[in-house]
Amino acid sequence: MCTTCGCGSDAVTFDGDHAHSHDGHNAHSHDGHDHSHGPLHANGTGHSHDHGHASIGEHGAHHHHHDTPADQTRTISLEQDVLAKNQLLAERNRGWFAGREVFAVNLMSSPGSGKTSILERTIRDLAGDVPISVLEGDQATSADADRIRAAGAAVVQINTGTGCHLDAHMVTHGVERLNLPRGSALMIENVGNLVCPALFDLGEGARVVVVSVTEGDDKPLKYPHMFRTGEMLLINKIDLLPYVRFDVARCIDHARRINPDIEVLTLSAETGEGMAAWYDWLRAHLPSSAIRERSSQRDAAVL
Amino acid sequence: MHELSLATAIVDTCVGRAAGDRVVRIRVEVGQLAAVLPDSLRFCFELAARGTTAEGAALEILETPGRAECQGCGGKLTLSSPQGRCACGGRLRITGGDALRIKDMEIA
Repeated sequence: MCTTCGCGSDAVTFDGDHAHSHDGHNAHSHDGHDHSHGPLHANGTGHSHDHGHASIGEHGAHHHHHDTPADQTRTISLEQDVLAKNQLLAERNRGWFAGREVFAVNLMSSPGSGKTSILERTIRDLAGDVPISVLEGDQATSADADRIRAAGAAVVQINTGTGCHLDAHMVTHGVERLNLPRGSALMIENVGNLVCPALFDLGEGARVVVVSVTEGDDKPLKYPHMFRTGEMLLINKIDLLPYVRFDVARCIDHARRINPDIEVLTLSAETGEGMAAWYDWLRAHLPSSAIRERSSQRDAAVL
Repeated sequence: MHELSLATAIVDTCVGRAAGDRVVRIRVEVGQLAAVLPDSLRFCFELAARGTTAEGAALEILETPGRAECQGCGGKLTLSSPQGRCACGGRLRITGGDALRIKDMEIA
């Protein structure tokens, strides 16, 4: 069941310790509550909420049709992006994040690349420096959320059931249960999958793709859609490089063949090597640090 | 797998707009760079439409080729998968074939 709104979805569940529980539900501002939860009933997929209010306007036209013979068909032009609804919700999330000065990261990779380990270390190393909250996407279990919680961050686990990716609507619901501090980072750990998550904008400020050296260095060529849309590539588990056949330079070359602008960092969440550069990148992207920088520049100009 | 989400979105959009009328045909444009398998989308559409006013509707998929223009040599090429660089080393700008769009539908 969706515990945020009590909408009874078996497909997608939310579990987190910073819940606003049902107050959050009453307060949340979806227009047309009954319709907005549609996606959570439909196998956790991003289905459109258009029916309902939108269709009321069509009803007049609908009654007209009864005058036409039954075998006659009419063509209705739609010219609508299939993902339009997700895009709309993603933009709403993006505006919400901007208003709160939250930097949201959509973290994507195949299963087992070390996304959760990177987050655990990041949360511990940046404790007291950068406030971090986490949305954990998995098909099942709260195992990752438990690890994140133990590392010291507020976390909401989203279980997508059979769903292979997070969508913007799930993020909206997940975020309702997190009390995100102003100027903080929200790490959204997507479902481990190098294909489907690439299509769904969550409203993030940046997309970070993780590849570990125990995978092939040809991953970017095999899964180009994922690498095409990322701002940052993290090559993880570099402590294992002596034991595996993984050519870092080749992997970077492959990634840039698909996406010439992608930034790359190599690191090990296990040993901590290379993590400092990742933290610098994260700090530099926090809206509040940009604001601090601007105001200090302004101060300097005044002086 | 994400084709099921997309099929559900197509069904919901069309069923909503049809407002109770039967949907008999839907035309969808799928670009070759849109990361969607037409066969998988067809299969999922059948499942997603079941029990709705779009059940049994024909899903017509118009595949459009991926197109790109090289920022370096100015060459225009067609792509079947996303690439960021031309053979000359220049950056490619994708100019077409990444759409995923419901064109129109026929209702009865």
